[in-house]
Amino acid sequence: MSDTNYGSKRLVVGAHYGLRDWLSQRVTAALMALYTLLLVVQLLFGPKLGYVRWASIFSQQWMRFASFVVVVALAWHAWVGMRDIWMDYIKPVGLRLALQVLTIVWLVGCAGWAVQVLWRL
Amino acid sequence: MADEQRPRPVFRNIHVTDIVAYRLPPAGWVSILHRISGALLFVLLPFLVWLLDVSLTSEISYERFTNAFIAGVGFMPAFLIKLVVFALIWAYLHHFIAGVRHLWMDATHSVSQSQGHLSALITLGSSLLLTLVLGAKLFGLY
Repeated sequence: MSDTNYGSKRLVVGAHYGLRDWLSQRVTAALMALYTLLLVVQLLFGPKLGYVRWASIFSQQWMRFASFVVVVALAWHAWVGMRDIWMDYIKPVGLRLALQVLTIVWLVGCAGWAVQVLWRL
Repeated sequence: MADEQRPRPVFRNIHVTDIVAYRLPPAGWVSILHRISGALLFVLLPFLVWLLDVSLTSEISYERFTNAFIAGVGFMPAFLIKLVVFALIWAYLHHFIAGVRHLWMDATHSVSQSQGHLSALITLGSSLLLTLVLGAKLFGLY
């Protein structure tokens, strides 16, 4: 079996793509959930919410650190999820590839914009 | 050699058009809504970043942010913006709670039929309830 395992008879198994996506989807989700809780706690406790308090939450150095990590996690998470959707419903290979490329463009663009917003504070 | 001629099996996913035809159990609703809410958040991601942008950049832009919910922005009336934000609130909450349900099932192996049924109902109920509470605030009911 193993010495003829190439060419058109090649067994395409064992690349662990499934496990990698499954795990990264959960790790990024946990990071985003934790960030959400941190943000909600800061919003709930404190004086009346206005621009100054809202902006000061995001301008703390540790929040910038956390926000950047979460922006990256979100883009990664959305990539895995959207890729699953395209793979499930879009069968023509060319169209699927085009949509996957657009997804990456969309996510990288949004992530860059979000980082720009956070880092000029 | 003969097995090369055999057509590859096709495993169908539940298509969007099937949703109306299938009678889904609560866990099925949580699952397809998890996917729909995720796609909605993905599509409206630039709107969310725009909200972050105008709310954070300066006090003047913050004014534009709050005004979007009072007088609207450009061709978008305030009511429409509130409606979109309302949909996003639901999408975020459903996606969040359904995701926590996934993590909880992974961690505790709580995958019996009755546990899945109950946690699906809790997911649907709590996300809708929280959406209504926050939505009431959004539309100025309290």
